[in-house]
Amino acid sequence: MKEVYLDNNATTMVAREVLDEMLPYFHDYYGNPSSMHSFGGQVARKLAEARQKIASLLGADPEEIIFTSCGTESDNAAIMSALANSPGKNHIITSRVEHPAVKVLCEHLAQKGYRVTMLSVDAEGMLDMNEYEASLTPDTAVVSIMWANNETGVIFPVEDAARLARERGIPFHTDAVQAAGKIPINMKGNSIDMLSISGHKLHAPKGIGVLYVRKGTRFSPFLIGGHQEKGRRGGTENVPAIIALGKACELAGANMEKENTHVRALRDRLESELLKAVPQSKVNGNRRQRLPNTTNISFEFIEGESILLLMDQFGICASSGSACTSGSLQPSHVLRAMGVPYTMAHGSIRFSLSVYNTAEDIDLVINELPPIIEKLRVLSPYWATTQGACATA
Amino acid sequence: MWEYTDKVREHFLNPKNAGEIENPDGVAEVGSIACGDALKLTFKLDENKRIADAKFKTFGCASAIASASALTEMLKGKTVEEAMKITNQDIADYLGGLPPEKMHCSVLGQEALEKAIESYRGVSHKKPDEEIVCVCFGVTDGEIERAVRQNHLTTVEEVTNYTKAGGGCTNCHEKIQEIIDRVYATQKTEEGPAERPKLSNIQKIRMIEETIEREIRPSLKHDGGDIELVDVVGNRVLVAMRGACATCQASQATMKGFVEWKLKEFVSPELVVEEVAS
Ligand SMILES: Cc1ncc(COP(=O)(O)O)c(C=O)c1O
Ligand code: FES
Repeated sequence: MKEVYLDNNATTMVAREVLDEMLPYFHDYYGNPSSMHSFGGQVARKLAEARQKIASLLGADPEEIIFTSCGTESDNAAIMSALANSPGKNHIITSRVEHPAVKVLCEHLAQKGYRVTMLSVDAEGMLDMNEYEASLTPDTAVVSIMWANNETGVIFPVEDAARLARERGIPFHTDAVQAAGKIPINMKGNSIDMLSISGHKLHAPKGIGVLYVRKGTRFSPFLIGGHQEKGRRGGTENVPAIIALGKACELAGANMEKENTHVRALRDRLESELLKAVPQSKVNGNRRQRLPNTTNISFEFIEGESILLLMDQFGICASSGSACTSGSLQPSHVLRAMGVPYTMAHGSIRFSLSVYNTAEDIDLVINELPPIIEKLRVLSPYWATTQGACATA
Repeated sequence: MWEYTDKVREHFLNPKNAGEIENPDGVAEVGSIACGDALKLTFKLDENKRIADAKFKTFGCASAIASASALTEMLKGKTVEEAMKITNQDIADYLGGLPPEKMHCSVLGQEALEKAIESYRGVSHKKPDEEIVCVCFGVTDGEIERAVRQNHLTTVEEVTNYTKAGGGCTNCHEKIQEIIDRVYATQKTEEGPAERPKLSNIQKIRMIEETIEREIRPSLKHDGGDIELVDVVGNRVLVAMRGACATCQASQATMKGFVEWKLKEFVSPELVVEEVAS
């Protein structure tokens, strides 16, 4: 059985071209880019080339790119650096719907004594910019708001938010792990100070991340050690992965158009056909301000893990925001922040596409999922009694 | 992805006895949609007062559906008295085990069974002196205490796995810990010095007998069963199960989980328990 992979916000396939590009740097060109000999030197040149490609995708200068080990490290490094460079300031602003890489760090910092404002979102997962602006204070050390949400795909107006922060001299970080490669990013045209990306979300391998740090932004390293990355991040570079990410960014730039036409059309068809075929289903998140590849749909009165396991029988890969799949006992913090009722939150399924998906992939889901929902609803004690009416529990 | 046994997958993919019996003899609804799983259980008795049919409806994950399906299979042909003895561990064992984080699915099954039997007997399941400890999941002190005793839970995390209590805001963790401490404080006796000197065989047998008498037999009797010490060969403790325990399909699990645990704790950690035909 061939899998139908619709879980690209979780991770992506390493593209063939990307793999080909990186493989020689394990066995043949394994030199250390910091070495004095030309065997290492040729690797350093390749590394510079990759840095250039990544900078191009982001509209940045190569010197503004720092390689890290993952998106999580980038997020941590950005926030900790901003705090280190604002001694005496004690306030952090973030949102309630951040990835754990930011959210859990901020919760940890709150326990250490920082005052943390977690901005709320509305029923469509959108920020209230007035609330945001009102929360900026002279005591604010850093703002960290994601560019696009991994669960719903909702895009936040981070460029506007960064401008408001800049006017007050507050450093602004954004987690662009889900946005990079899917929607255009041009750091020359905004005032975001720091931005995180992660290789495995755009067809490069797992375990490579980037932190963009704007020229002139004060930065304190998170990993202290060697002189690599101009002393901003110690540790010998993950050469093959960096070269892979360079290639992946080049491909993402070339595919940006396709992502926003072909992928968007597949996503839209998947979404509208499922909503049509399944009663009492609903999209979570604003449908206009959204990544072209993501749809998050709730099927009322059933539970997400069951849906996923039945789809697994057909090789369909997706995710759920239900409690049983989150590894905790509560449904996703993102859906709860949006006030999605429990009857809906437990039955939420996220499909996230990529340029490698086909019309047949989408057809399979459109054909197989509605009977799965039906089967589970027949088992559900809430379905028969509440059809059309509202839930009692 | 959860590691489910084949048996769990089988009961999930092809659930047995899904649905609802009309005019049931026993019925119960437990859990809630807010908590993420819920179960409606109905059963009907035949003229010999044995369970002729049992059906379920479940809102929940794969293991919740599988646990409910397994429970209805286990119920068929049993008298109400026999059915009452089914524990959450029996349900999990029937399925070849559940991931620890999913044990609450089997607890939900046992809870539904208890309430369905109470409804058949016409007694109210309200336990007025119980107090809600975990507000997030509506779990009472009594429910937590029973789960701790039955499954020998020792940490808050385990209690969460079995009852969900503590899996939300975490405000109740301190109270859960207090309940755990209370349960073990009353179970612990003055016996059992920290440093155990090497035992002579006579001493060992005497201590095993004492422990069975004091720690094990009362609980088994409570469930209509009994235990007899047959022999002690080195560190192998040979026992025979009597009464309800002898026929109970869970007796194997009871043996390992409970008798051995007690003997290890109070006599010697080297002991292993084996059941011999009586
Ligand atoms: C929005 C967001 N931020 C951060 C991360 C973490 O990235 P990584 O897995 O590279 O640490 C992810 C991916 O899981 C993500 O979706
Ligand atoms: S009260 Fe128990 S987890 Fe919230």
